[in-house]
Amino acid sequence: MSTQNRPLSPHLQVYRLPLTALMSITHRMTGVGLTFGTLLLAWWVTAAAYGQAEYAQVQAFLGSWIGLILLLGFSFALFFHLCNGIRHLFWDFGQYFELHETRRADIFVLIGAAALTAATWVMVL
Amino acid sequence: MTSNSPSLRSALGHARGLGSAKEGTNHWWLQRLTAIALVPLTMWLVASVIALSGFGHEAFVVWFGRPINATLMILFLGVAFHHAQLGMQVVIEDYVSQHGSRTALNVLVKFVCYGLATLSIVSILTIAFGA
Repeated sequence: MSTQNRPLSPHLQVYRLPLTALMSITHRMTGVGLTFGTLLLAWWVTAAAYGQAEYAQVQAFLGSWIGLILLLGFSFALFFHLCNGIRHLFWDFGQYFELHETRRADIFVLIGAAALTAATWVMVL
Repeated sequence: MTSNSPSLRSALGHARGLGSAKEGTNHWWLQRLTAIALVPLTMWLVASVIALSGFGHEAFVVWFGRPINATLMILFLGVAFHHAQLGMQVVIEDYVSQHGSRTALNVLVKFVCYGLATLSIVSILTIAFGA
């Protein structure tokens, strides 16, 4: 009997990730994304210190369609990481580890992130 | 533990340095501390960006000319870049197994994060002091 070709666990191509696992990897991805997002923030602040023309350049870029898409992604990543981060802080205190509680928190985080993103854009636009 | 081969080093001397660097708790704690600080600071930053979004350079200068806003922005920048560096370090250490590139990436992230944090903070100070 051959033991050579047995699938290894977790077998990501076959195994469908549960929502909690997707939330976990999304927390990581948004974290990496936000690190790049802070470059945008640094550019905005530094340009303002250099003067009106430089600041206008940043504003023109952020107002373009590519800038708006970046900002939309930035804002959702920020609110997702914020909401899910608060849940992580509860976990650090040993709270809400039961399966039904993690499922409920998944929904809270997703609704919270979407609502905060929507509210922000309603106020901006 | 006793060794058959003669050695001047004690058993403790052999074992030392083979375990963890004992810095994991500090890293974990700082990540949480910066996370907690970032909850209110992020809310404030979002509110500031919304307030400034319709306006130009002058509004930015007036806003960060106020000591309270300059202080909160400097805190946000320092804490956010620190949190980013700590988080990126964990991601790099999880996914980059080759020792050399892992160290090089971690050094690069530290240089970029603390360099940009300093540049951004100096920029806010420049505006705050009305240069």
